[in-house]
Amino acid sequence: MRVLAAMSGGVDSAVAAARAVDAGHDVTGVHLALSEAPQSLRTGARGCCSVEDSRDARRAADVIGIPYYVWDMAAQFREQVMDDFVAEYAAGRTPNPCLRCNEKIKFAAVLDRALALGFDAVCTGHYARLVDGGLHRAVDEGKDQSYVLGVLTGDQLRHAMFPLGDTRKDAVRTEAQQRGLAVADKPDSHDICFIADGDTAGFLHKAIGSQPGDIVDQASGEVLGTHDGAFAFTVGQRKGLKIGRPAADGRPRYVLDITPVTGQVSVGPAEALDVDRIVGLSPRWCGPTGVDGAYVVQVRAHGGIAPAEVTIEPDRLLVRLSEPLRGVARGQAVVVYDGDRVVGSATIDVAERVVPVR
Amino acid sequence: MVYLDHAASTPMLPEAIDAMAAQLAVGGNASSLHASGRAARRAVEESRERLAQALGARPSEVVFTGGGTEADNLAVKGIYWARSAADPRRRRILASAVEHHAVLDPIEWLVAAQGATVEWLPVDGDGRVTPDTLRAAIEHDPSDVALVSVMWANNEVGTVMPITELVEIAHEYGIPVHSDAVQAVGQVPVDFAASGADAMTITGHKLGGPVGVGALLLGRGVAVTPVMHGGGQERDVRSGTLDGAGIVGFSVAAELAVKGQPEQAELLAALRDDLVLRTLARVPDAQVNGDLRSAIEFRLPGNAHLSFPGCEGDSLLLLLDARGIECSTGSACSAGVARPSHVLLAMGSGVDRARGSLRLTLGHTSIQADVDAFVEAIVPVVERAKQAGLSRSRES
Repeated sequence: MRVLAAMSGGVDSAVAAARAVDAGHDVTGVHLALSEAPQSLRTGARGCCSVEDSRDARRAADVIGIPYYVWDMAAQFREQVMDDFVAEYAAGRTPNPCLRCNEKIKFAAVLDRALALGFDAVCTGHYARLVDGGLHRAVDEGKDQSYVLGVLTGDQLRHAMFPLGDTRKDAVRTEAQQRGLAVADKPDSHDICFIADGDTAGFLHKAIGSQPGDIVDQASGEVLGTHDGAFAFTVGQRKGLKIGRPAADGRPRYVLDITPVTGQVSVGPAEALDVDRIVGLSPRWCGPTGVDGAYVVQVRAHGGIAPAEVTIEPDRLLVRLSEPLRGVARGQAVVVYDGDRVVGSATIDVAERVVPVR
Repeated sequence: MVYLDHAASTPMLPEAIDAMAAQLAVGGNASSLHASGRAARRAVEESRERLAQALGARPSEVVFTGGGTEADNLAVKGIYWARSAADPRRRRILASAVEHHAVLDPIEWLVAAQGATVEWLPVDGDGRVTPDTLRAAIEHDPSDVALVSVMWANNEVGTVMPITELVEIAHEYGIPVHSDAVQAVGQVPVDFAASGADAMTITGHKLGGPVGVGALLLGRGVAVTPVMHGGGQERDVRSGTLDGAGIVGFSVAAELAVKGQPEQAELLAALRDDLVLRTLARVPDAQVNGDLRSAIEFRLPGNAHLSFPGCEGDSLLLLLDARGIECSTGSACSAGVARPSHVLLAMGSGVDRARGSLRLTLGHTSIQADVDAFVEAIVPVVERAKQAGLSRSRES
């Protein structure tokens, strides 16, 4: 097959590309330039958007012995990922930009272009497995990225290649070392790639501006304080509330809910974070359309896993959790698993408590 | 391999490789006072004379540098500093909007950090600064102009500028002129003295010499403040141990390139015209960028620049590369990301036409088979690139 390997400049995508070559494919490396004004050198834990990262990817391609190009995807990335990220936060939701990037950039804009140019598949360093066309969790549970791929349709997955799903991260690093890839000991990237300093609230404040609102105790309705923008808060957040005085019972308070438009942030005790019913919109299926039944769902990139009864309606998923989950944010994806296999996903619109707390 | 990117770097001439290798074996520091030093110095000075002879300059007007970018920086910053120091009113720089980044960026820096102002001289649809444009810009206030910088020939679309006329106009007002001629030498006649220019940039690897060595031809009376300070090896204007072997290779290549220029130009123009005409016949919606007249007064003979509507230059390049055909896109690489070329935008091309363009440049190793291979490949390549271009615009 002719394979286009997306190379971020990190160790995972480099090893993935090398494995695609070993598997006998005709591989071309492409670095996606996602920033309109890339920095010369990497700062902090960002892993993809500086010129240095692009050079790392180029060196890896040299070592692997494949052609290498940079594709400018900055405009699409801004429209589809960054603008969406800001709009979602402005609407009181908590989006996952990595998921959005996979859905709209890597396995849409890039894949479409690759197919048109005569490639058969796009290969990435994601930790996930493709088994008989189905998307499955990676062997390395700690690194599993099937959650952020749960938005891909069967058609997108048919043209995807994830060569690292059967390997643990430490083994990938060792392999990179053995292959002479200089990125073998490059730190893992985390945080959001387009927020250089990791200050998401600051980024959003710059993008959205000041949107003052009240911080309210959910139980009593008492106004505890004000804030400069609800986008600085995420459901489940404890730190940075700046209420200034403890709750009457002295227990810590958490963000429970964010009301769109008014920007009211409701806070309360930890147990009030527990939800047992989720409604997800715009379901996407990683293969055949799902059927009602008992599954396991995951509501954020790391953790947030629980068994559930899932009912499928034409444009939404109803999820009854068998055990409550804490800190479920609107705008995140609820991904449905049948064992290790990803069935599909939907965007969380409602997360609530139906069975009263005992 | 079909190499259609001679404007990026052209292969070294065998004679230049031999001369350079011989000098590498000899070694020596041209500033040393002993016999080895004298031998190295002799090689440098003979090279200086050879280069001066080839380009209509006096040997004392040759300032060797580490390449074209350094020579451009020395000319732009050095002349600006000297002229504004002599008369603080001289803050305005006039330069064509289609200069190479080695000229654009030093000017931008002078503006950002040194209190200079710049007026980018607009170009016509062919990419040319007209004498009237320059005259109008100067006459706005002749007393505040520090220098004029206009390239001899454009590196992207190959348009040849009316340098002699431009110099005459600037000199009416006593304003010095720098011209970046790195693309011109060996392709069109270049004579420093006859042009009247005060400073001219040339470089080795565009004419069959090595990478990493160039020169600023600098009139004897032109005041320049150094950019780099040190031993003052070159007229106290440029410091750094002279690269004897590189200089020898450069001068031998320059001499051969200039000597062979008339014949070479005829050959390249014929190949280029064949490439353009046959491409247009096969891809009827392709557009030629730059001057449509193929005579060397107007356009570098080895340069073709074509836009393919509905295609991304990136896609075209990738597909041609996969077929063993090497060329450039009409985009400039800025911080690792391809951006529509400022040259095409200045010529009035829209962003799409700029992004969908290819630069194909011929040189001394080019043969008919190269052109044939390109013409053979271009139809399927454009077809595929169009699909990719469309899928992309559907997405965004």
